[in-house]
Amino acid sequence: MSPILEIQDLSVAYRTPGGDVRAVEHVDLTLNAGEVVGLCGESGSGKSTLAYGATRLLRPPALVTSGKVLYGGCRVTSGGHPVDLLTMSHRELKSMRWREIAIVFQSAMNALNPVLRVQDQLLDAVQSHLRLPRGEARDKVATLLDLVGIPRGRLRAYPHELSGGMRQRVMIAMALAADPEVVLMDEPTTALDVVVQRDILAQIVELKETLGFAILFITHDLSLLLELADRIAVMYAGRLLETGTAHAIMREPAHPYTRGLLNSFPSLHGPRRELAGIPGSPPDLRDPLPGCPFVPRCAHAIDVCTSVAMSLAPVPGIPGVVSHLTACPIVTPEVSQEGVLS
Amino acid sequence: MPFIVRRLAFYFVAAWVAITLNFFIPRAMPGNPVQSIIAKFPNLTPDAEKALAVMLGGTLAKGSLWSQYVTYLGHVFTFNFGTDIANFPTPVTTLLQQSIPWTLTLVGVATIIAFVLGTGLGILAGWRHGGWLDRSLPGLMFLQAIPYFFLALVLVDVVAVELHWLPAGQGFNGATTTPGWHWAFIGSAIQHAILPAFTIVITSVAGWMLQMRNVMITTIGEDYVVAAQAKGLPSRRVIYTYAARNALLPQLQGFGLALGFVISGALVMEIVFAYPGIGLLLLNAVSSDDFPLMQAIFLVITFAVLIANLIVDLIIVFFDPRVRAREVGR
Amino acid sequence: MRAVANVWRNLPLKAKIGVWLFGFFVLAAIIGPEVAPYDPSYANPDPALLQAHPSAQHLLGTTQTGQDVLSQLLVGIRMTMELALLVGVIATALSVIVGVTSAFLGGVWDEVLSLLSNVFLVIPALPLLILLLGYLPGKGQLSTILVLSFLGWPWGARVIRAQTLMIRNRDFVAAARESGEKSWRIIALDIIPNEISLIAASFVNTVLYAIGASVALAFVGLSDLNTWSLGTILYWAQSQQALQLGAWWWFAPPGLAVALIGTSLVLLNTGIDELGSPRLRASRGAAKIAGHRIWPTDPTPVYAQLTASRSRVGAFLHSFSRGSLLDETPAGGEL
Repeated sequence: MSPILEIQDLSVAYRTPGGDVRAVEHVDLTLNAGEVVGLCGESGSGKSTLAYGATRLLRPPALVTSGKVLYGGCRVTSGGHPVDLLTMSHRELKSMRWREIAIVFQSAMNALNPVLRVQDQLLDAVQSHLRLPRGEARDKVATLLDLVGIPRGRLRAYPHELSGGMRQRVMIAMALAADPEVVLMDEPTTALDVVVQRDILAQIVELKETLGFAILFITHDLSLLLELADRIAVMYAGRLLETGTAHAIMREPAHPYTRGLLNSFPSLHGPRRELAGIPGSPPDLRDPLPGCPFVPRCAHAIDVCTSVAMSLAPVPGIPGVVSHLTACPIVTPEVSQEGVLS
Repeated sequence: MPFIVRRLAFYFVAAWVAITLNFFIPRAMPGNPVQSIIAKFPNLTPDAEKALAVMLGGTLAKGSLWSQYVTYLGHVFTFNFGTDIANFPTPVTTLLQQSIPWTLTLVGVATIIAFVLGTGLGILAGWRHGGWLDRSLPGLMFLQAIPYFFLALVLVDVVAVELHWLPAGQGFNGATTTPGWHWAFIGSAIQHAILPAFTIVITSVAGWMLQMRNVMITTIGEDYVVAAQAKGLPSRRVIYTYAARNALLPQLQGFGLALGFVISGALVMEIVFAYPGIGLLLLNAVSSDDFPLMQAIFLVITFAVLIANLIVDLIIVFFDPRVRAREVGR
Repeated sequence: MRAVANVWRNLPLKAKIGVWLFGFFVLAAIIGPEVAPYDPSYANPDPALLQAHPSAQHLLGTTQTGQDVLSQLLVGIRMTMELALLVGVIATALSVIVGVTSAFLGGVWDEVLSLLSNVFLVIPALPLLILLLGYLPGKGQLSTILVLSFLGWPWGARVIRAQTLMIRNRDFVAAARESGEKSWRIIALDIIPNEISLIAASFVNTVLYAIGASVALAFVGLSDLNTWSLGTILYWAQSQQALQLGAWWWFAPPGLAVALIGTSLVLLNTGIDELGSPRLRASRGAAKIAGHRIWPTDPTPVYAQLTASRSRVGAFLHSFSRGSLLDETPAGGEL
């Protein structure tokens, strides 16, 4: 498994007159070719900022304050070295966009141009990267609609003439227009009803199997990720609290926050139990407290939690599983010894 | 109901309100306008007096208020505004026919030039929000606050009287040419239209530019523009087809709303240039209490504005597919 | 008082200029006629002083009939300002009443009032004003005020109605209604306070309209030609061929006064805008980050790239700015 997108130590802040709002703090995240990685967190956790910051789509006053975003797709790398998105010029970025990394936005109604027909918007995506002759381009566009299960008659439609589910499918079709290696999906099904949600998720899985792209799936719905993702990363207040395979997180959640999330929704199996939410609300990112940001809401917090440096370390326990990491000093006490602030 | 049909219905209501106001104002005002006219112009024929009565009411009017109204409506729809008072016996319609083409060409062409120019500049200013074009806006806002006719006064004084670059007034050089479709006249007419047109363009361009810039800034913040950039589309395509094309719709609506104001300002400006359009006609009408002419001018201008608004609505329907969709009641 | 000082500090430069400029004209309106050197109607028969250039005796020259332009200007400013402000008050009050009522009552009343507003918005104002004023036997200050107010309310009414509809649907108003508060109390205590900046902006726009319209009407001859408003001065200048005779001192000062008052109002409005929805727009525009201007359509900047590209002189200069303090904060968060 070779990493196709490697986010290293990424920090993104919003520079306001009142100070820097630290939306993303030192995040490491790796996406391997053909893999589905789920990024989970509540609103304000920084998950969208992470994705758009990594692809440099955030508007001012956003600023990337540290890190590298290495892309290793073979079409771009020369000599086998991955390129750093953060050092690329506007022109290089533009040619790389969509062709290598595509995005499915959250609200299709807002992300589609209201005055252009579906066909024209798809053609835009195709023609900016693959200079095909007109007839071929149209065929390609029609094929894309076939891929997502939309009748070809809808090509000449405007976005407002489509249903919500169909619009989302158009977004997906558009994302696949230039045959990307990585697709970032930002809460693509949140605005849809459950039945349509199922359909679209099934479609996404099928397309991934056929075309072989990697997916970074962003959502607040952990239950969705448990079924869909290969690996899951849990984000809170701009930091990663836990990463691991979906299986490991479901069976043995290490961080108290992850456990809280899992307890928040019912499972289909097992006895009925009382649902517990997580009391409190996310912290103010302008004035981050030292140590773990979850402390104010954590039932298990101890002294060391407020003074330890945040970093992911392997969860002890299951032998042979090194990929399950968490930043909780209770679970991984060895870290706290090294990282204690004076 | 289709959008256009609803708009048409609205304009009919507005036209009816204007016509009815026109009927009631002379009858509701204190004083007896008809008597004062007859006193000033004793040599009116009985027919002329009757026509006056239809328009203005007063003691000569026959029949109930309702029957007067009906007769009045009949006259309006046949464009029978009666005989003019000050220029007796010329019919009012003749005077209008002479002046309307001048105003229509000047104001129409100048306003369209100003709108297109302003909108284009606004697109650029909005795209590079904070750039030099954008920062010149406060200065341009000053221009917007200047009444049209004041700038006209300044321009005439500087360019025409002091520098003698362009003629100081009139529609054409009456000493050297007569109206007609020949080059001498057209050339002279164009020469005389340059300053007035320039005045209109200069004072209104800032307004259109500011408006378009603001709409562009809002539009650029929309998700579909970010999505267009995420798609790696060339900048030109993003600016024009994604941002400007959408920003154009509120801009056009603003244009429709501002039309009445633009035309009013232009009329007063015509007076400064002694331009042979409706503005000058209006001045003469006011100074000689020529009520029939004043009423006719009011109706003509109102109808022109309503028609222009309808045209703008048609253009909006052409550009916005969502508006067309309202036909199916979605 | 401190609140006022705070507000003042946060206003953009444009708005401050507007306030100063408008204040200047208010002052001129108040004390102007008292300090005028001559009676504006006094026609000095001395032939040397007919349509004379500005001189020590007559700072702004004289008219065709020997009247002092400066005195006329000072009286004119007061007349025009008085008229415009009164129209502003009356028409804004009308538009608030119509707008709030229309939004609050809803249903048929809303439809009717909205239709009325829209009709009066689309019918061009000036010709109708000319018609109204033309028929009135006396065309003095009072008549003009009444006529202008009659047509000055639709714009504000529309805007206020839209805002009231939005507020009306918000939770706290629904709560008030549930608890049985009387409608007029809800309007006075909940709705209007939330619309202050909108009403202020509407007032400024109405005053702007009143100035433009009254000057235009007077220019066409529809005012009491024996009084001295800015518009009548221009009327006389125009009809006495001041332009053709090159007497710029006659028409330039009143026209400039009108333009400046108008500009100050426009600038004031930007200040009100800013107070009403502060900094929201600023965040959409270009930002200065680490000394570089970043357009909204640029890719998200990377700090390391920005600082690398700054020259040494630039870096030195930048270290004096407030922004450099933010740069120096270590990104790790431990302060």
